Amino acid sequence: MEKASAGHLGDKIRSDCFIEIEKKTKGGIEITLESKVAALYRDAILFQAEEILDFFEIKNAAVTIRDYGALPFTLAARMETAIKRLFPEIKKEFLMPINKKKIIGTTKERLRRSRLYLPGNEPKFFVNAGLHSPDGIILDLEDSVSPNEKDSAQLIVRNALRTVDFYGCERMVRINQLPKGLDDLKYIIPNGVDVVLVPKVETAEQIRNVENEINCLKEEYIIKHDIFLMPIIESALGVENAFQIASSSDLVCSLAIGLEDFTADLGIERTKAGTESFSMRCRIVNAAKAAKVQAIDTVFSDISDMEGLRDSVLEAKHLGFEGKGCIHPRQIPVINEAFRPTKEEIAKAEKIVAAYNDAVGKGSGVVALGSKMIDAPVVARALKVINMVKSGDKK
Amino acid sequence: MKMIKNAVGRLVPDEVNGVKQIPYKGVGKYIPDGFTARTKIRSCAEFPSDGNKVVKSLKEALKKAGIKDGMTISTHHHLRNGDLLTNKLFDEIKSLGIKNIRWFPSASFPCHSHLIKYLEDGTIHHIEGSMNGPLGRFTTEGKMKGVGVLRSHGGRYQSIQDGEVHIDIAIIAAPEADPFGNANGVNGKSAFGGTGFSLADSEYADRVIVVTDNLQPFPVVPWQIQGNNVDYVVEVESLGDPAKIVSGTTEVTKSPDRLLIAEYVAQFMEEAGIMKDGFSFQAGSGGTNLAFALFLKEKMKAKGIKARFIRGGSTKYLVEMLEEGLTDYILDGQTFDLEGVRSMRENHNHVSTSPFTSYNYHGKGNFASIIDAVVLGATEVDVNFNANVVSHSDGYLLHGIGGWQNCMFSKCTILAIPSFRDRIPVILDEVTTLCAPGELVDVIVTERGIAINPRRKDLLAAVKNSNLPIRSIKEIQKEVYEICGGAPAKPLVDESNVVAVIKWVDGTVIDSVFKLEI
Repeated sequence: MEKASAGHLGDKIRSDCFIEIEKKTKGGIEITLESKVAALYRDAILFQAEEILDFFEIKNAAVTIRDYGALPFTLAARMETAIKRLFPEIKKEFLMPINKKKIIGTTKERLRRSRLYLPGNEPKFFVNAGLHSPDGIILDLEDSVSPNEKDSAQLIVRNALRTVDFYGCERMVRINQLPKGLDDLKYIIPNGVDVVLVPKVETAEQIRNVENEINCLKEEYIIKHDIFLMPIIESALGVENAFQIASSSDLVCSLAIGLEDFTADLGIERTKAGTESFSMRCRIVNAAKAAKVQAIDTVFSDISDMEGLRDSVLEAKHLGFEGKGCIHPRQIPVINEAFRPTKEEIAKAEKIVAAYNDAVGKGSGVVALGSKMIDAPVVARALKVINMVKSGDKK
Repeated sequence: MKMIKNAVGRLVPDEVNGVKQIPYKGVGKYIPDGFTARTKIRSCAEFPSDGNKVVKSLKEALKKAGIKDGMTISTHHHLRNGDLLTNKLFDEIKSLGIKNIRWFPSASFPCHSHLIKYLEDGTIHHIEGSMNGPLGRFTTEGKMKGVGVLRSHGGRYQSIQDGEVHIDIAIIAAPEADPFGNANGVNGKSAFGGTGFSLADSEYADRVIVVTDNLQPFPVVPWQIQGNNVDYVVEVESLGDPAKIVSGTTEVTKSPDRLLIAEYVAQFMEEAGIMKDGFSFQAGSGGTNLAFALFLKEKMKAKGIKARFIRGGSTKYLVEMLEEGLTDYILDGQTFDLEGVRSMRENHNHVSTSPFTSYNYHGKGNFASIIDAVVLGATEVDVNFNANVVSHSDGYLLHGIGGWQNCMFSKCTILAIPSFRDRIPVILDEVTTLCAPGELVDVIVTERGIAINPRRKDLLAAVKNSNLPIRSIKEIQKEVYEICGGAPAKPLVDESNVVAVIKWVDGTVIDSVFKLEI
């Protein structure tokens, strides 16, 4: 192959670019640049392009850049993709400086009410996503990326994890279905991912394979911070094995259900009422709770129906789910609000916690509210409610 | 021509198209003396006693009006991007062999790129008004014979009234007119609402030609344009494309980032205590502005608050607020959709206003400074809160000023803007073209936070304990520069070649646009 390209081309493209590189035997590097932001960033773009070509030791090539206002992390990823498509033997990576202060780490118990899916090969959505305050942002390498763009998305997602500020949202990546997904891990584990979403999980062994691969990569790259797993159950077999999957590894923080594929697997139609999947969702909740991890519900895909979304979240909460997926930022406040404990729940929890603190203060093992004795699980639930309100309000 | 540094430190020419200019002196600092422009004495005896002023064609009317080389011809922009009349007008002027016209529109639209060939062949000497889209590019590349003059809507009225611009022939497109010249914009297939932007033209031009595609017997009411000011009436098949004159429906933005900005604006107005019974605000037609009004409406309903008046650009959303009793009045400068047109036609509390009533500098007072809050856009701002609305950071003129400068006099001027567009930072060290001084910009709302002008200690105090993301403008700028990969370069311009000047609302020159080196 004598030339290769990467990125998007067209009048409607925004915040992205198209790169074409042609092998040459002599003549050095020749860059043709057309950019919507040439007046402002022409020199910066050329400097970056030359830096990357130099890094990959490309001495002779004709490079065409059609730029539609791509940010530096996008430009770098597109360049690297085009270069690696042209020179598949190149293994080294052009890594932009990691922005450590933007990577704040996570905990297993963290709130995961709302998680926003972003297509992994569409960088224009990344930079502002955190401003909408979802609990988590998912850079998706799976269904939203076409099969021939997987390589491109891996590099975009890697660069985004290293450089983009997600404003304190948990940084999630959905890898591809296993075993392909194992290959995705090396692009994300060393670069500041918090939670790996593993789609279409059917067995505990699959999760253990992911865990092993993560542990190897963490050792290789000396990664100390915690990285958790969220298996997504999307098939009949997955539902049958849900508890084993949820308890397969200490890294599992939540168990999620994906209804689009699940209903397809069963050969049934997905309805708004959701009666067809009701019992399966209940089983997922039960499996998750039995394994002491969070139960996370599927996405609500009608972005214009906010009332429907609210009802759907309230139903999910009622069943025991603690989170919901979303595909549009406007869904986030609706989800977060619906998961917020009600005034009555908060008032009750505050009373219980006060009684508990009182008992602890007196050194008494017995917690009582009025004449009623309160069991430890009730106290635990009340504390959870209070914590949920506190960490929710912080956002 | 000599370049002078004005009160905001910008270099401006002392002369434009042979006319002496006054450099900008500061807000409210320039108080001219003397008398306003006069009109020729009219005598009804010169006009047909049966009241029939219809002539058979536009060309005929232009000839009767005595069109000559070098005249000033005015048009208005109520037909917006659906305007066919202005293009037809210059086809006729060209066919008459007339040269060097000063075109004086109240605004231009992309549809007027038809006129570029007349700018090239010398039919039009230069434009005074706005240079949008393709006309802006043409101007910035230094291809226009004369120097463009950009004025606000209020500034246009001011320039007519104080004699800075004398209109020889005014062309007024009217969706309904009678043979006497009474005309309005609320009835007919080309209806667009009020005709405020042609009011001064009808009163001060030497000759006034009303062109209509809906001629009705005398009397046509409301007579927003009074036939007593009109010389000739011309009937044509069509004034323009109704679908592009007003939209059937105006759409609220779907962009989550813009919705977030709109939500912050509404929240700010609530938290700062601006939203209270009897308050007033202005909402325009941009997607973010429409969304802001909807968020504000929810807050007003929740708290049982009612506005005294809302300034339009009206749309169906403002009409709904009027009809639901959330405001007593809409004072409407221009009408953006069919619901707005219907409401103005049917509802006495939906009032058509002109630049004179809205914000003219030569009035005995200013509505614009009575309004509690106004929400506007901008192409750029700088760390000193100066703002640009006519050009982009690449140096190209692309937009007109509209009523933007005039509205800045409100008690709280809010610019609702994204902090960057693609890779283009919106908060700079210095705006490319300075169209409004920072002292008039109170709040800048972006998706990354809200910057309050340090001069507004009252606003800073009012929102101190709120949940709003209040940040310094430099902090937001720094974050965006990091995202975009550093501070942007400045466009290369030829500072010896002024292609257009920006007028302040009082007629002084606030900034220059230079020819781009391309």
